[in-house]
Amino acid sequence: MSFPILTVATFLPLAGAIWILFIDKKKEEKIKQIALVTSIGAFIMSLPLYFNFNLTTHEFQFVENIPWIKEFGISYHVGIDGISLFLFLLTSFLTCIAILASWTIKERIKEYMISMLVLATGMLGVFISLDLFLFYVFWELMLIPMYLLIGVWGGPRRIYATIKFFIYTMAGSVLMLLAILAIHTLNYKETGEHTFDLLKMYDLDIPMGTQFWLFLAFFFAFAIKVPMFPFHTWLPDAHVEAPTAGSVILAGVLLKMGTYGFIRFSLPLFPYASHQFVPFIAWLALIGIIYGALVAMVQEDLKKLIAYSSVSHLGFVMLGIFVFNIQGLEGSILQMVNHGLSTGALFLLVGMIYERRHTRMIADFGGLAKQIPIFAVFFMIVTLSSIGLPGLNGFVGEFLVLLGTFKSNVLNATFATTGVVLSACYMLWMFQRVMFNKLSNKKNQNMADINSREWAIILPIVILIFWIGIYPKPIISRLDSSVNHLLTRVDEKYKTTLNKVTKDKEKLALKEDNVWK
Amino acid sequence: MIPLTWYLILSGALFTIGATGVLIRRNALVILMCIELMLNAVNLAFVTFSRHHDSMDGQIFVFFIMTVAAAEAAVGLAIIVAVFKNKATVNVDKINLMKW
Amino acid sequence: MPGLFGESFLDLIGLVLLFPLAGAIVNGLCGKKLSPSIVGFIGCATVGLAFLISILVFLDLLKLSPEHRLFEKEFFTWIGSGSFTAVAGLQVDPLSTVMILVVTGVGFLIHVYSIGYMHGDEGFYRYFTYLNLFTFSMLLLVLANNFLLMFIGWEGVGLCSYLLIGYWFEKKSASSAGKKAFIVNRIGDFGFILAILLIFVTFNTVDFTEVFHSAPKQLTTGSLVATVITLLLFLGATGKSAQIPLYTWLPDAMEGPTPVSALIHAATMVTAGVYMVVRCNVLFVMSPFSLTIVAVIGGATALFAATIGLAQNDIKRVLAYSTVSQIGYMFLACGVGAFVTGIFHLITHAFFKALLFLGSGSVIHALGGEQDMRKMGGLKKYLPTTYKTFLIGTLAIAGIPPFAGFFSKDEILLEAYTKGNLLFWGLGAFAALLTAFYMFRLLFMTFHGKSRMDKHVEEHVHESPMNMLLPLMILAFLSVVGGFLGFPAASAINNFLAPVVGGRGHIGMVNGGETHHVSQNLMFSMMGLSTGIAIVGIMLAYILYCKKPDLPAQIAGRFKFVYNILLNKYYVDEIYDATIVNPTIKSSFFLWRWIDVRIIDGFVNGVARFVELKSEVLRLFQTGFVRNYALSMLLGGIIIIICALFFL
Repeated sequence: MSFPILTVATFLPLAGAIWILFIDKKKEEKIKQIALVTSIGAFIMSLPLYFNFNLTTHEFQFVENIPWIKEFGISYHVGIDGISLFLFLLTSFLTCIAILASWTIKERIKEYMISMLVLATGMLGVFISLDLFLFYVFWELMLIPMYLLIGVWGGPRRIYATIKFFIYTMAGSVLMLLAILAIHTLNYKETGEHTFDLLKMYDLDIPMGTQFWLFLAFFFAFAIKVPMFPFHTWLPDAHVEAPTAGSVILAGVLLKMGTYGFIRFSLPLFPYASHQFVPFIAWLALIGIIYGALVAMVQEDLKKLIAYSSVSHLGFVMLGIFVFNIQGLEGSILQMVNHGLSTGALFLLVGMIYERRHTRMIADFGGLAKQIPIFAVFFMIVTLSSIGLPGLNGFVGEFLVLLGTFKSNVLNATFATTGVVLSACYMLWMFQRVMFNKLSNKKNQNMADINSREWAIILPIVILIFWIGIYPKPIISRLDSSVNHLLTRVDEKYKTTLNKVTKDKEKLALKEDNVWK
Repeated sequence: MIPLTWYLILSGALFTIGATGVLIRRNALVILMCIELMLNAVNLAFVTFSRHHDSMDGQIFVFFIMTVAAAEAAVGLAIIVAVFKNKATVNVDKINLMKW
Repeated sequence: MPGLFGESFLDLIGLVLLFPLAGAIVNGLCGKKLSPSIVGFIGCATVGLAFLISILVFLDLLKLSPEHRLFEKEFFTWIGSGSFTAVAGLQVDPLSTVMILVVTGVGFLIHVYSIGYMHGDEGFYRYFTYLNLFTFSMLLLVLANNFLLMFIGWEGVGLCSYLLIGYWFEKKSASSAGKKAFIVNRIGDFGFILAILLIFVTFNTVDFTEVFHSAPKQLTTGSLVATVITLLLFLGATGKSAQIPLYTWLPDAMEGPTPVSALIHAATMVTAGVYMVVRCNVLFVMSPFSLTIVAVIGGATALFAATIGLAQNDIKRVLAYSTVSQIGYMFLACGVGAFVTGIFHLITHAFFKALLFLGSGSVIHALGGEQDMRKMGGLKKYLPTTYKTFLIGTLAIAGIPPFAGFFSKDEILLEAYTKGNLLFWGLGAFAALLTAFYMFRLLFMTFHGKSRMDKHVEEHVHESPMNMLLPLMILAFLSVVGGFLGFPAASAINNFLAPVVGGRGHIGMVNGGETHHVSQNLMFSMMGLSTGIAIVGIMLAYILYCKKPDLPAQIAGRFKFVYNILLNKYYVDEIYDATIVNPTIKSSFFLWRWIDVRIIDGFVNGVARFVELKSEVLRLFQTGFVRNYALSMLLGGIIIIICALFFL
């Protein structure tokens, strides 16, 4: 067996957490350094995934499959394909950034870093799991540290926010657990084999009625995570209360788990139901796009504004997933990465001015561009990336999603395009009120421009923003075969189910005819 | 020979006394002793049946129960001592932090 | 040198883009540490080099036979997903060559001018970074060989416009104007994006050559798809080129530094919409309905903006409305199918409007930032060179032969009459009258009559330095001779551009299979007529603002209602605020405060509240008495035993 690169990359942060466990909590610098080093280690370990990725196959790569609980057919089955590759990379990348951004945390550093690292392992695990049970374990594993991050290191209303976040997510994931068990049972009845292996489940032919309910169960789990309108209200609260790094991880990675779940589970497992739900989901996504943008426009708190903008952006992602064509899906995956980068960067930047001024209210700022010009430049670039300026990353994903949508439904695409206008409205209005106009507030007049640590945080993201915007080919080409394969599979299974349905209907019609005769 | 029933009646009586004591007494020490009484009543029943059925299983169980009882007494007493240190009382009605 | 780099200078087309980009990067990254003179030098030199290469490219293109004048160079695949590909590729053809010459040429002059104008400004390097970035984006816009790459340039110039309008961002009006420009442009982009999508879905490509090649085969003239595509494209054009109904950002854009207004909001960016329409002439021709809409909007904007220009007192705002109006002319030309004439007017307009803006900049510079014409007057003697060049520009825009504006505007009117109808001609002619009037009103109010300046301002009035005057003179020269590019008898520009517009650009060329020449008589009588109109306008202005300076106030007093409407720009901004902006914000507040907080969160918290209430009751079971727990345990045990006895 070759070197278990995925396992190492995934569990390296956990190992770091265990290491920190044995260190005196007064040695704060050392704890921070260990956390940073292990997270960077995980990122470096994940880089070979990108370089050694085989573009020609849709099969899962770097696979490891070890039986875990044999009696129930649970195995430690991990691997990545084009769809998960970039989410995995994004996660390990953002973890480093988030830990570096947490340098200013003052209290309970040991516990904080442990939470952060455990969270990293949980998130990375979600993206590589090819076993439903394992997936669920990682899915829940990352919930707890996030709960603690918001609940312990958060703002004034942190308890409310964190419990809301936790219960929302739990409510969804319990339904998902039930659905997972149901699939397991269905598979057992069909094949007589106890297994949770996702790849075997892909071949399972689930009756349409059952598909409907199972899809719905998964839908709730994922839609809450995305979050789709109207399940989004935990997001602004969680973001506002979370510490900077928590917001970055939350926006950058956690939200992607919902959309990733739709691609990895809902579409291939329940193709028929997915097709049936298209109008419903498309409308929710469109409402999300426009509603999120409108509500973002009138927010007074910077973090809330960005949180609502996430609702709007993730609406694009959802729209792209459920158009069932290659541009839409590839655009969605790209848009997930883009949103992780640009919204993550926005939260980082807001965190930086929050550390200096201890306020996030837009009204408290104004004219900052004069006081902190370098910060202003970065803020501008990230803002433009968020509103999808061509040449920066946001545009590529957004455009592909719109293209995919347009191919399947012109009206939906037209509505979605209004999001492009609205995003400019709320982001630029915010930018004007924060960075432009007179520097009138006395307290802002001795803010320091960004320091070298903050350079190190923001510069890599900005480089990626430009790279994806100008030359996204390395990414899209890695998506191609996986996405193509997924779409063909979904299409074929959908058609077989459809044929069955029509045949059943014909039979029924025949019967009725006979009755009438 | 004393019939089986008498042993069982004695065992039952001891158990009832123990249970009643647990329910109505306020002193934690006495409650602990009552629990011991209940355990020993059960032991008696075990030994009786063991003899009656000519099987050693019941006696083995008694050994286990005696170990558990000893452990329980140790832990229970420790808890009571700890409670007394904090509250200066072993009256269980005063130890009612965990209520609505 | 061509041998080194390839077949010809055409291969160097990438450098045209690269130089301004490099300038922007160098100035942006290290401009703060460099001295202003070096920053200025980098800014100008990069654009100057781009201009030189553009000339070489132009000359090389001329060497080719007219039908082979299309050179494409593809660098890499930018976006490729499934059947969709958008390459990063450039296209050199007569149209894009004309555009890069204008952009780099006029751009270079304005860069040079800016060194003087922006002298001593805090953000000098920032200014040149933006300006170079703008030049890069604009060149990308005109050189792109597909719609999507063009869109990068399209948005890029919008971004630079945003940054430069809000260059003095500490002024609220400036930052608001920048934001307004970007958002209004985005509304136009909404149409552009949808058009690109529809084009791809229809033709399965976004490459210009392929789209224009297959359009006539795939679509029938007048088909719905063609109409929708062109209308959406035109929506994009109205945003960028400030036409009704999206023109409102341009007057506000005058908050930016004056050279910026000259470069972006007069000579180049705002005409991008015209360029785009001409570039897509194949599509537009396939939809007569769209062409009519283009002509109507163009003509209406030309007239509408001219009327507003009558009553404005801010020197730059007058010029801004005149820009809106002149671009209306260009669309009018495109709308009647005279695409080359549109481009012709674009070129001459770039010359004389850049000249006028730079001239006004020189005036503003001299007066220490004063823009109100009511506080000027009599500047002729203080600023002789500025006055002379300004006069040339004014004559050119008014349409007095032989200045540049005469030829292009006259041709538009002629085309409007022959290809369109009397209405289009009437719109154009009336607008021409107003243009001549308000431009000379501006000239007289600024340079003639008695000085109305403040005392301390008047003491410091000075002619601008040479590096500002030189661009003025060159542009003045171009405004004089530029018109001969399209001299009716031997129109160089027509012949040059003919391949791009497929011979649809010019009267007398093949049109729908039949050739029809305009009679010499008509042509000359039209010329006479339009000159007459211009002279009438000038005379009116002369009477009102030179002979009897009290008269305008009396007229304004008598027609107070009309005057107020014009002064307040038909209250369009206020109407937009009341009907679109404010309702959007109000409904957003409603969505947030009611739907989000009250209804959705209300439901969520309501569920929590419900659980809490029920637990209030249930928790009473926790009495805190150990014996109660023991008793319930006992009872539970008994119940279990009873159940076991009876039910098992």
